[in-house]
This record gives sequence, structure tokens and C-alpha cells, in this order.
Amino acid sequence: MLGLRLYMAQRLSAMVMIPLTLGHIAVMIYAVQDGLSAAEILGRTKGSDIWFIFYGLFVLAVSLHAAIGLRVVVHETLGLKGRALDVFMWLAGLLLLVTGLRAVLAVTL
Amino acid sequence: MTADSNGLHVDVWRGSGTEGRFERFLVPMQESQTILDVVAWIQQYADPTLSYRYACRVGMCGSCAMMVNGVPRWTCRTHIKKVIKDNAITIAPLRNLPVIKDLAADMDPFFDKWVAAGGVHHPTRDRNDEIEKLSPATPERIETDTGIECINCSVCYAACDTVSSNVDFLGPAALQRAWTLYLDPKDADPGVILEAVSGRGGCHNCHSQGSCTLHCPNGLNPMKAIAGLKRATVSSFFKGGR
Repeated sequence: MLGLRLYMAQRLSAMVMIPLTLGHIAVMIYAVQDGLSAAEILGRTKGSDIWFIFYGLFVLAVSLHAAIGLRVVVHETLGLKGRALDVFMWLAGLLLLVTGLRAVLAVTL
Repeated sequence: MTADSNGLHVDVWRGSGTEGRFERFLVPMQESQTILDVVAWIQQYADPTLSYRYACRVGMCGSCAMMVNGVPRWTCRTHIKKVIKDNAITIAPLRNLPVIKDLAADMDPFFDKWVAAGGVHHPTRDRNDEIEKLSPATPERIETDTGIECINCSVCYAACDTVSSNVDFLGPAALQRAWTLYLDPKDADPGVILEAVSGRGGCHNCHSQGSCTLHCPNGLNPMKAIAGLKRATVSSFFKGGR
């Protein structure tokens, strides 16, 4: 159900997510404490390559990590296996990737 | 010997395959009485059709493991005083394995997975060569020593919740066996072992819940062995190996 490649993909994506999550939390605290409005935040993220890379990488890592995690949960709780399980994992990852990137593009383009 | 009112109330699983039910027996209490003694008494004095498995009676052969009050145990070394609740005991066949009849579980899936996990020796020498001398003091050998006293009782396999929810998972005993062979300098191809434990039912499916280590009657730590395999496979992955 979970071979070495998927295991590595999930662990490596977790390692990518650790600093990005901390950075995301730090930015949120900074934004709230400074009382930045939505317009002010968008003013800083729009057209920014750094924020596009930051949150684009975040979305990519989350899509990989969560899809593999959901694969394990669905297999062990619902008994889904074989090709159906593979299809579920790819669809879950794709859904997270598309919706996540859509949000990233909306605030950085 | 007859059952009396001071006896134990023992619920024993009766049936074959997926069909069955618990049957209650009244068993006289004795000094230093083990669960296996209780089962043997029922078979000898109450119902000779009761099926169960045992061999050595001294905790060496790994034949007599059963679920006692829902917990996997080696029954020959489990005293009733340790597990009795309200003067009653429930005895069932090992979890996570098919039932042949009554308390006898089918061990085939358990041993098939030993082979699937690469748990066979890959020799470097033949009988005409001199025996290879190994130092007992190397870190690999010291680590190996912590895992080789497995008696194949399947208690860890029955305790494992990952096996329950993922039938392909090789299980703690098979993976611990693979780990000790991987560390063996006499093994000709440790890469084969890493490949065997990296498949879809391999070591990476372990959630490290630790039931195997908690319930192992010999005090072994299969969870640590599985962690070792995970480290070895990850290292091999980064080195571009299998």
C-alpha cells in the first residue's frame, strides 16, 4: 500500500513544509499584530516572486503530503486498494494542487 | 477432578473459519495454573473435541499463543492469576490470522510473510569453506542480538493494528527477522532484503504504535527493528540504491 517512493515523497514533503509552516505562522502573527488590512497584504503579495515561490512550494508540498496521507487513511479505514486507491490518491493530490495554486495565483499575480 | 463452584468461568471460542461463538466451561482452580493448563483441562475432562496447539510448554516453541481477555499471550507462560477478572477468563484464537478450528489459528500467512520479507539466509560460503568468525562486539552484532530470540509465536502479529487494517503488511516478526539478516555480515545480498521490505506491504507501512513491543513475550523490540529498516532503506534511497 505504501512503498519506499511514496514514503520518501511524504517524508521529504514534510521536511519542506516545516519551515514553510513556521514562516506562514510568523507572517500571520506579524500581519495581525501590525493590523494590516486585506488590501495592504495584497499590496505586498501582488506581483511578488518571493511570495509566489513561498506559497507555490507550500501548496506543492501539501498536495503531495496530504494525498499520500489520505491514501493510507482510506486504505486502512475503508479498505480501498489497488488501482482505485491509486486513482483516489492522484485525484486528491490534484484537487489540492489546483485549488491551492488557484489561491496562490489570486494573491500573487 | 471435577469442576466446582469455586472454579473459573472460562469462555472459549468454538468454531471454524469465520463462524463460531464462545462456549463457557467451569474449570477447577489450581496452584500455579497457566492458561494452557486451563485449555488442556477442558480438552481432557470437559470436551475432547476442543482443538488447540501447543508443544514445549516452556515458552520456547511459540506454538500456544492465543488471545486471553482480548490480549495476545503465550499461554504456557501466562498464569491465570495474572489475567483473571471477576473469576472469568476469555480465550480465543490469535487475532489477524484465519481460524482453522476453535483455538488453532492458521499460521500460514504469518510464515509466508517471513519469506516475503527476505527472511531467508543468502549464503556467502558453502559447507566446504571454513566457518566465518564474527566478533560479538561489533555494533551490528550487538544490535542483531536484541532481535534474534524470536520464537515465532505470532503474538506481535496478532497485536498489530496495522496488520488488522492492512492485510498486505508483512508484520513485526517478519520485519524484525529481515532486520537481523540485513545486519548479518554473512548475508550475501542485503540489498535483496531492503528491496523485499520496501514493497507495498513493507516496513514503511508501520505506524510505530508499538503494540508488538508491548506484547512480545520475550521482551523483544520489533518496532526498533522496523525503524532500523526504515533508516536503512532511506539511506539506500539517497545513495541511489534499491
